[in-house]
Amino acid sequence: MKITGAEIVVQTLIEQNIRTIFGYPGATVIDIYDQLLKNSDKIEHILTAHEQGAAHAADGYARATGEIGAVLATSGPGATNLVTGIATAHLDSVPLLAITGNVATDMIGTDAFQEIDITGVTLPITKHNFLVHNVEDLADTIREAIRIAKSGRPGPVLVDIPKDVQKELCEYTPMIAPVTKSKPAPADDADVAAAVSMIKEAGRPYIYFGGGAVRAGAGDLICELADKIDAAIGCSMMGLSELPTDNPRFLGMQGMHGHYASSKAMAKADLIIGVGVRFSDRATGNIDRFSAGARKIQIDIDAAELGKNIQIDLGAACDICDFLRKLIDKVEAEKHPNWMIKLDKLRAQEAEQEIPDFLQSKVIKAVSGMITDDTEIVTDVGQHQMWVAQYFEFKKRRTWISSGGLGTMGFGMGASIGASYGSGNRSVLFTGDGSFGMNLTELATAVTYNVPLTIIVFNNGVLGMVRQFQTLFYDKNYSNTTLNRKTDFVKLAEAFGAKGFKAANFEEFQKAFKEAYETEGPALIDLTIDKDSVVLPMMKPGGTFDKLILGEED
Amino acid sequence: MNKSKFVIAVYVENKYGVLTRVTSMFTRRGFNIDSLTVGETEDPNYSRITISLSGTNSELQQLVSQLKKLYNVRKVEVISAESGIRRELLLIKIRSTSETRREIREVTEVFRAKIIDYSAEAMCIEITGDTNKIDAFIDNMKPFGIIEMCRTGIVAIERGAGSLVNGKEG
Repeated sequence: MKITGAEIVVQTLIEQNIRTIFGYPGATVIDIYDQLLKNSDKIEHILTAHEQGAAHAADGYARATGEIGAVLATSGPGATNLVTGIATAHLDSVPLLAITGNVATDMIGTDAFQEIDITGVTLPITKHNFLVHNVEDLADTIREAIRIAKSGRPGPVLVDIPKDVQKELCEYTPMIAPVTKSKPAPADDADVAAAVSMIKEAGRPYIYFGGGAVRAGAGDLICELADKIDAAIGCSMMGLSELPTDNPRFLGMQGMHGHYASSKAMAKADLIIGVGVRFSDRATGNIDRFSAGARKIQIDIDAAELGKNIQIDLGAACDICDFLRKLIDKVEAEKHPNWMIKLDKLRAQEAEQEIPDFLQSKVIKAVSGMITDDTEIVTDVGQHQMWVAQYFEFKKRRTWISSGGLGTMGFGMGASIGASYGSGNRSVLFTGDGSFGMNLTELATAVTYNVPLTIIVFNNGVLGMVRQFQTLFYDKNYSNTTLNRKTDFVKLAEAFGAKGFKAANFEEFQKAFKEAYETEGPALIDLTIDKDSVVLPMMKPGGTFDKLILGEED
Repeated sequence: MNKSKFVIAVYVENKYGVLTRVTSMFTRRGFNIDSLTVGETEDPNYSRITISLSGTNSELQQLVSQLKKLYNVRKVEVISAESGIRRELLLIKIRSTSETRREIREVTEVFRAKIIDYSAEAMCIEITGDTNKIDAFIDNMKPFGIIEMCRTGIVAIERGAGSLVNGKEG
């Protein structure tokens, strides 16, 4: 039987096991929405307040579950509103399917109402994109888009469907099983052997993992390898939560605002084993002087990452887990007592630097202890993000959801809604008054769908991270970073239909959090913090780990 | 680091927008291209893009890896100076007078180029060859006065019986 293109879209999504889609209707997707309502028992549509929120929600859904996230928007402004969300997913390698409507084929190129060349716009920020010209290609294009998004190094794929293609009739045969991702290449034995001999020659090994290890679920293997070769473990921001923070070998996130011990250990290591990590500028500082004394192994599913940012001694483009398994099997057990003593010293030095009675760290550590292990920890971007990355004690994988590569302020509201939908668990969003101000309209979505979400606004009345740069590098010339808005976040939350709490110290926060976290739907805590708090340690952009800024006097 | 000249052959699906995808990637990644040519192949479903660029070895590796990631790219191969044949076509219009006409014809003969249009004030010449030969020819034409010229950029093919698609891995 022939059905319309719009029905094919919805039936293909259902056939591909996509059960949740975030989006916002408009003229060129009415036909698809018509079908979504008719099939609402098989696929749930979450209506956000803004397309950007929908894109971030689909992203949060994908990060929390490891499955593909799906988002739907209309042509023109609907499509362009997805752009920041797609770019965020692209930079963090998140599998995302974005479907947009477009004007009818014969109108394309005429600057018709709400016409935009969205495949052109998203060309550099998608893994691939499609403009579907014929209804006969529609089902297979969506299937292929899903396969591309999930395979290899995941990423966003956009499918643009003109309105006439949605209306045309075509035969549709459902696929029996959803498309599977292409199998990654197995590890090459010669590469494994080379790694084995490099490990044998090393005295101070450091395993450094990132988002690729999260996508592959490589945490347990990393711990096993570290135990066998007596290595330290550190991660990039994208790697957080892949292994429990309390793992005795884990020194935490390294990099610009990373843990002192982790960054220093990396600088002192004589062998760095990079696992699913791209050695970004935020993690390395000055690349010419980055861990110059260490040999470097890089294992990544994406061949283009090998040696892209830093010079490496051995690169392997393959299935990370396969490589680690083979390596654990072949490598000899090692003991490096001097390295372990050095690491203990670094840890002790780090402990000495702790600022006593620092409200932000107390709050974040308290939250670690007051929530269930499966709660999704979501952040926006700025100082609060770095504090959570530093102090939160993760226990379960895929519970850290944060915009790393793009650093998207306003990511958190949509992402936490999506994360809760995907995992079925509660979310706690740490945000700042700056970031929250960008997409707070998604509070409406959280209230409408009664999302179990606790929002903690670190309210300092300033754009803290930029202000920190101005403090340190721009002679305290605070250009446009002082907000001091008159917004009452408690009343704002209440106006949206959520609960609101105010806290100005640790005791008030604890009390408010207990109540907020037990609230069924969304609740917000407006936590007043000092505008002059800075994130420490800090490596100057383009600096080195020898010269970390540890206190304000530095 | 030492910069060298490279020629890369890319076998891509002959579909709408594919050239844009390739060139957009170059722009985004900051690769500088000396020349780029594109045309149909023995299989009408595929086009062949020939890119020449100068860069370091690691830049070349990165370019090849990034090209291979593009969905519509089937094969990528670096064509070495030793095993590859590289050619360019130049069309050049030269100012000519009764005094210079003879000399222009002599240079043209030396370079085994072809005069394809002839008028009282100008001559149009066609020449193929590798980049050095074309450059040398242009240098020789400069004193006469170049009215306009266009060159195709490099096309390249490997010697022997293999092909890009069925030959060695790209």
